[in-house]
Amino acid sequence: MNFDLTDEQKAVASLARDFAQERVRPRAEEMDREQSFPYDLVATMAELGFMGLPFPEAYGGAGGDTVSYALAVMEIARADASTAITLAAHVSLGATPFSLFGTEEQKQRYLVPLAQGKMLWGFGLTEPGAGSDAANTQTKAELRDGRWIVNGTKAFITNSGTDLTGGTTITAVTGKRSDGKPEISNLIVPQDAPGFSRSKKYRKMGWRASDTRELSFVDAEVPAENLLGERGNGLRQFLTILDGGRISVAALSLGLAMGAYDEALSYAKERRAFGRTISKFQAIQFKLVDMLCEIEHAKLMVLKAAWEKDAGRDYAQTASLAKLHAAEISRRVVNEAVQIHGGYGFMDEYPVSRMYRDQKINEIGEGTNEVQRVVIARLMGL
Amino acid sequence: MKIVVTVKLVPDPNAEKRIDPVGMRLVRSGVETVLNPYDEYALEAALQLRERLGGDTTVTAFSMVPESTKETLRKALAMGVDDAVILSDASLAGSDTWATAYAMAQGLKKIGFDLVICGGLADDGSTGGVPGALAEYLGVPGLTNARHLEIVDGKLHAQRETDSGYQVVSGALPALVSVTMAVGEPRYPSLKGIMGAKKKSIATMAPADLGLDRAVGSDGAKTELLAIAPPPARGSARVVEAADGPTGAKIIFDFLKEKKLI
Ligand SMILES: Cc1cc2nc3c(=O)[nH]c(=O)nc-3n(C[C@H](O)[C@H](O)[C@H](O)COP(=O)(O)OP(=O)(O)OC[C@H]3O[C@@H](n4cnc5c(N)ncnc54)[C@H](O)[C@@H]3O)c2cc1C
Repeated sequence: MNFDLTDEQKAVASLARDFAQERVRPRAEEMDREQSFPYDLVATMAELGFMGLPFPEAYGGAGGDTVSYALAVMEIARADASTAITLAAHVSLGATPFSLFGTEEQKQRYLVPLAQGKMLWGFGLTEPGAGSDAANTQTKAELRDGRWIVNGTKAFITNSGTDLTGGTTITAVTGKRSDGKPEISNLIVPQDAPGFSRSKKYRKMGWRASDTRELSFVDAEVPAENLLGERGNGLRQFLTILDGGRISVAALSLGLAMGAYDEALSYAKERRAFGRTISKFQAIQFKLVDMLCEIEHAKLMVLKAAWEKDAGRDYAQTASLAKLHAAEISRRVVNEAVQIHGGYGFMDEYPVSRMYRDQKINEIGEGTNEVQRVVIARLMGL
Repeated sequence: MKIVVTVKLVPDPNAEKRIDPVGMRLVRSGVETVLNPYDEYALEAALQLRERLGGDTTVTAFSMVPESTKETLRKALAMGVDDAVILSDASLAGSDTWATAYAMAQGLKKIGFDLVICGGLADDGSTGGVPGALAEYLGVPGLTNARHLEIVDGKLHAQRETDSGYQVVSGALPALVSVTMAVGEPRYPSLKGIMGAKKKSIATMAPADLGLDRAVGSDGAKTELLAIAPPPARGSARVVEAADGPTGAKIIFDFLKEKKLI
């Protein structure tokens, strides 16, 4: 048993921390207020190699491992959750499908520019009537004259409408299986496909500087070769992608909790009441101790899941546990961080107020807490 | 063109500093070792020069450190430095500015260089004495406090920062310069750089390889630390009250003038 990170993992974490604290943190409040997508930060993340961190160098990536990737997302979320989800969704949901299921040609065409961070890509699973129940996909695609004709709607799709977005990979019903159930496949839909359009950005409670839109397909035309992976494997492929994605959203939740803890700790050491700093009150000390304890616990789980993935083990259950736990402790931590700030924590110029709003989605996105429990119970064989 | 950057490894400047009252040295255990922040500017200056000069220009990082901390130099390699050399031996412990500069100069002669670039100061010792002493031992022109460097037709041109502006100076190579923070913010190492750094070499040399003719380490030190004391606690501030801004500004102005600060 060895808890040391490798020199390389430490270097990646330290680079991510420097970048996040020096470049991202000072911008977070304004980006949240203006709901502005940080193109320049994405460009810097691309230049530094974060946008392709876990992909092989041969495909434009940095050849890093999952532990390094989790640490990078964690450090960036510590400064700003919006920037972290832009990165995490890009890597885990946008680019990973090509890396796992793409043909060599698809990898060259999509994965390379995605890993280089020159292009962003969406992952379209959720629909207005199919969220947790993703198998209930209503979007349909029919093969006609060598083209897929797509009809349907996708809801809440991250990175789907930025100036850099090249398209979205979706799930769509492409026919009926022999057992009568719908056959679901993955289709690569480029931004300029005729009949494909995006809504304006949703107005959101949190992750306000990230790009989330509704997608609409009205007789949208996609070339036949834009099938990703085998026909009929679409749902299974997307669920595999979500297994890995859970590690990064767990890291994101953890990072957010760490950021809120950092703020609460420094505030507690400065704020004075009754003639001393509030950090001298046992009630505040105990809150900070509990926060640290929960953070350390979540960190062990996140890194263990990442380590299992790197070691080629079956990591689905640990990743789900880590995602569930990190999401829940992030709620308690941001809540206490605001509490420690008193009235100031309720004010927009204090980062904890933004963190409080950014937290909620941790318990909803990529599998709600309830669904996470369902998944884990199933993996436990219950 | 061969550029060598001298790099010191120091305790993390953001960590709280503690001094061992008996040994009178900075406590290093439990504190992370990092590149001296001022030397990151020297690395940046060297990498910029390499980019401008192109061709077969190389940048080597050179550090006098215990073997156990040499991995910290990977950050310099990740930033883009070609290779690193350390001078390492127990006999070097306790070297003062003089002994350090003497030992390092012999190391630099052995490595060979056209240009040596130093940071202006080390974050821990803060003497700022090594660059000047190194130039002396190396017998090359020493240009300190450079804010900009250029090499044209094999000649070094530098802008030296002064209190009121800067001097434009030039000199023959080989030479030594120390740089200020005006050379440009040190670049982030890229992930590619981090992944590539483990393949780059960190060579080790020992004093025995250098044929030193004087003592180094604490035996060779010319200074002796007699006592240490924390800086005096700051007195309480004087708060001025005034009816309006201009009146307040006048009071502050008079106060500063009286102290001969303006
Ligand atoms: C900002 C943001 C970004 C997003 N980005 C993406 C994206 O890029 N791509 C994408 O495909 N999706 C994305 N999503 C969608 C997200 O994954 C879904 O919102 C989520 O999976 C929940 O689905 P739903 O909203 O339909 O909720 P529902 O599934 O309708 O859930 C409603 C409630 O019922 C509970 N529930 C549902 N089923 C069960 C059950 N079996 N047992 C117990 N409780 C249950 C849920 O836990 C929840 O509390 C994003 C969402 C948001 C808000």
